[in-house]
Amino acid sequence: MQSRKKISSEDARRKHGLRVIGVLAVLIVIMFIISVNTGYIRLTPLELLDTLFGKGTEKQELILFQFRLPRIVISLLIGTALAVSGAVMQGVFRNDLADPGILGINAGAGLMVMLLISFYPTTSAAPVYLLPVVAFAGAACTAALIYSLAYKRHQGISPIRLLLTGVAVAAGMSAAMIVLTLRLDPDKYQFVATWLAGSIWGTSWKFVLSLLPWILILLPYVIYKARVMNVLNLGQQTATGLGANVSREQFRLLAAAVGLAASSVAVSGGIGFVGLVGPHLARRLVGPKHQLMLPASALIGALLVIAADTIGRRILQPSEIPTGIVVAVIGAPYFLYLLARTKS
Amino acid sequence: MNQQAVSGSGLDEKAKPLKLRSRPWAATLILIGGLIALALGIAISVSFGAADIKLSVVWTAVFHFNPDITDHQIIRELRLPRVLGGVMVGASLAVAGAIMQGMTRNPLADSGLMGINSGAGFALAVCFAFFPGLPFMYLILYSFVGAGAGAGIVYGVGSLAKGGLTPARLVLAGAALSALLSALSEGIALYFRIGQDLAFWYAGGLAGTKWFQLQIMSPWVIAAILGAIVLSRSITMLSLGEDIAKGLGQRTGLVKLAGTLIVLILAGASVAVVGAVGFVGLIIPHLTRYLVGVDYRWIIPCSAVLGALLVVGGDLTARMINPPHETPVGAIIALIGVPFFLYLARKERREL
Repeated sequence: MQSRKKISSEDARRKHGLRVIGVLAVLIVIMFIISVNTGYIRLTPLELLDTLFGKGTEKQELILFQFRLPRIVISLLIGTALAVSGAVMQGVFRNDLADPGILGINAGAGLMVMLLISFYPTTSAAPVYLLPVVAFAGAACTAALIYSLAYKRHQGISPIRLLLTGVAVAAGMSAAMIVLTLRLDPDKYQFVATWLAGSIWGTSWKFVLSLLPWILILLPYVIYKARVMNVLNLGQQTATGLGANVSREQFRLLAAAVGLAASSVAVSGGIGFVGLVGPHLARRLVGPKHQLMLPASALIGALLVIAADTIGRRILQPSEIPTGIVVAVIGAPYFLYLLARTKS
Repeated sequence: MNQQAVSGSGLDEKAKPLKLRSRPWAATLILIGGLIALALGIAISVSFGAADIKLSVVWTAVFHFNPDITDHQIIRELRLPRVLGGVMVGASLAVAGAIMQGMTRNPLADSGLMGINSGAGFALAVCFAFFPGLPFMYLILYSFVGAGAGAGIVYGVGSLAKGGLTPARLVLAGAALSALLSALSEGIALYFRIGQDLAFWYAGGLAGTKWFQLQIMSPWVIAAILGAIVLSRSITMLSLGEDIAKGLGQRTGLVKLAGTLIVLILAGASVAVVGAVGFVGLIIPHLTRYLVGVDYRWIIPCSAVLGALLVVGGDLTARMINPPHETPVGAIIALIGVPFFLYLARKERREL
């Protein structure tokens, strides 16, 4: 989908985009403060500041540093990763409805993580740093599978066939996962059930550390490729004519997108729709140019997940609603709306 | 949705004319053979389980029931309702799928893919949360309403779009709606702490089927399947295309309305008893069409028999995989159904 060129100078548009990004950053900070305050024990803003600078009571420190902060940081990171992953997929496949969840990439990553966890006696014994790696392997295999199934000679990949294949593969993976999980003992089963619903379970600094390198490497890489993605958006022939090595660039970008999606699935289970909604809203706010669109998607994704996580924790205290459910309730209607708007 | 897909390569020049054949003999054979196989499947299913029971004991349990014998109790109260539930659900879902595929000429139509099952499931979640202890009769009614709402939304989204109701669009809308509704149901389950009651429904298990459920459900299902058989000639006409059907003097609107009602009753009743089992309505009608040709007078009864066979077989497999634990039958059938779906999504020529 190429939006119509607005008759505005490049400069004005960049200023506008930067303004939007600034507003988003402010919103994230506000959400951060609300989120830190959400939970069984309330902290006043002053106490919060004190604790952040190491002047709080021991109990406050424990709550903030051991429970809430890692979780918040993780939700920001996975929101960023999923949204950027979706943005790249939409760009590469030139398909408005692409998203790592809908395409079954998340399910593939999840299946591998499941297998890894089932080999360890407890869920906490599994090696945390292996999780994203294993998830990536699963996601990459799934992506390859979907790609080869949707590929036809003389036609290449048709966007709609790609989506259909993804939906089917995701259904198959989920079914396989259900069959496998029943072999687990009840504790693990409970864990897997909530994990599948998309609850952020890796809530300690270990997980932040295991996720961070992926994001720190892949996110700048994708943003660095923004110009290439703009060119790819013009269509295969035009891009080739402009001197881009289309298939190679597509492959690299997809690998990056799969990596981003997989690493976040490893710690959050199946949160869908972030990769769909984030890029769309970003395009509406700052236009289709990837230099602005990618950072904006990242921020919107982060905002969406932190908000969903906070809502999920606030509604049902002391128990919580898995973040994935909250995101789906927001995201699915939007997907339906998009579906009704796009042409075949 | 043109029937005559323009053949691209020259190799297709000697392509067969449109296959509008019907094979009554094959169909009769399937009906008889299928019923025998089904009887066998039921017998195996009843005698096999955590406690192995001889078939002779099964026989006496059914025909000379003695409440003092444990085995008789097991068979009467657990296994018989379970397997009969499987028969009913399999037949219902397959017939619903056949009607949908015939009416819409959409090869990917299936109540599971089109939001009908998840709509019914959501209605059940709401019932459990807000009206605990509703009698089963009302549960069936509400799940029927939910099925209708789900179908309405998916159809609505599909038809609003420019370019109309393509198969792919329907599947995507169905997938998104299912995601939304199952998220909402899970949310409700967590909020009202009714996860336990719902889990059984969502796992697509036949394990908890009770006699009274079968009693309430069977008149609906039998009436709907008979209705489908009465409608079958009109559905065959519709499957040739709406214009042709109109030209032959059919009142297509009326037929579609009746067909849709039947589909909703069948899907709603099935979900109320076993939860969301997908893919039965997708696979079976295709298989049946391949075997017996294009006449829905044969397709519908044969689909019913084969669908029952698939679910009973799937349930048996689900119990054998990991005893004494149960594997949800929906997951087993999905594992068979997904490759089939992928194959259909790749195929371009449609023979509906």
